[in-house]
Amino acid sequence: MNTLQNFSKGLIKENPVLVLVLGTCPTLATSTNITNALGMGAAATVVLLCSNIVISALRKVIPDKVRIPCYIVLIAGFVTAVQMLVKAFAPALDKSLGIYLPLIVVNCIILGRAEMFANKNKVFDSAVDGLGMGAGFTLALTLMATIREVFGNGTFAGMPIPVLSDNHISILTMAPGGFFVFGLLIAAVNKFFPNKPKKKDFGCAGCPSAEICGKVSCDSSAKEAAAND
Amino acid sequence: MTKLIIILLSAVFINNYVLSRFLGICPFLGVSKKLDSATGMSLAVIFVMMLSTAVTYPIQFYLLEPNNLGFLQTIVFILVIAALVQLVEIILKRYIPSLHKSLGVYLPLITTNCAVLGVTILNVQEYPVAGATTFWWGFAQSMVNSLGSGLGFFLAMVMFSGVRSVIEGSDVPKSFKGLPVTLVAAAITSLSFLGFGGVIENLFA
Repeated sequence: MNTLQNFSKGLIKENPVLVLVLGTCPTLATSTNITNALGMGAAATVVLLCSNIVISALRKVIPDKVRIPCYIVLIAGFVTAVQMLVKAFAPALDKSLGIYLPLIVVNCIILGRAEMFANKNKVFDSAVDGLGMGAGFTLALTLMATIREVFGNGTFAGMPIPVLSDNHISILTMAPGGFFVFGLLIAAVNKFFPNKPKKKDFGCAGCPSAEICGKVSCDSSAKEAAAND
Repeated sequence: MTKLIIILLSAVFINNYVLSRFLGICPFLGVSKKLDSATGMSLAVIFVMMLSTAVTYPIQFYLLEPNNLGFLQTIVFILVIAALVQLVEIILKRYIPSLHKSLGVYLPLITTNCAVLGVTILNVQEYPVAGATTFWWGFAQSMVNSLGSGLGFFLAMVMFSGVRSVIEGSDVPKSFKGLPVTLVAAAITSLSFLGFGGVIENLFA
């Protein structure tokens, strides 16, 4: 796989939000307006890039048995650094992202990429993968935020849009609208990009708790995947 | 006392963790297929939420703040939660194997659940020990908030597993099969919680 493919797979083919369906909490919560979405995307991308580089560089040092706690500590360190930077240079963004900024630690995209990609690949490839996945996350988030802000609030990045600002559908910016727009977007991706990667390449297999979870809930989805193959 | 009841009820209904704050969406979508696994998961979440608040709240106000280490909050909290979950699992396995059998499988899933980290961080932000607030009053408020958040999670999971069992048998368009139709159903479920806004403050006014 060359570098370009490695980067671009995160954008559409393996988009972390719309295809792999990871990191749903921040996606739903911070996509109420475009500024928040871009801020969240940038913060998560920085953390993802740094954690992918470091985890890939340390992949021969970290013992296999305690790798998940090690990854969590590394990721938490980067999240703290990003939190402090945002607080210092963009206090307004810090206020509007609120709790979701420290919660990047438990964003499954970051732990998932560490587990699926960074601990098996070279530093450069992992960095490219991190950038691509981060860009895909930001893209999906911005797309969703655009729909929700333009139709829900009648503005585009804060600027009012002539007709829509008088006839906005406020519910789209509230919680139910988040679920609804997310559902529609995934349905659209299913419709227009039907050649999704096989189930075992992503999702449950990439989730750090797959082993335990397998006994509980992933069983049925694994069977579905086997039936589809 | 009234204050505590208001905190409890608003955590369950108005600021429902799943349906209006968007925390813990992964288990909400992943484990809500069957009623018994939904119940088991939510009971484990209630337990871990209260336990981790009971530990992280004193850590924040007796250890981190007096020593100007507030910036370590994220790292310390996630480590405490992860260690606590492991510890609980080991203790349950050794002493109460029957309980471990029904709840044990869900415990490790909870470590990276954003609802648990979320509730501990929100508690130290919303109920700080400052001004007239004594430590125990802040602590009581936090514990009640954790209980309410856990109960809200339980309510959302149980309701939604019912909704899902209906969806399972219905005929939906091909591109909506699976997750998309589940999300649309979640939107309608969360719509029902919007109606609670403003009710609880006026209940005691």
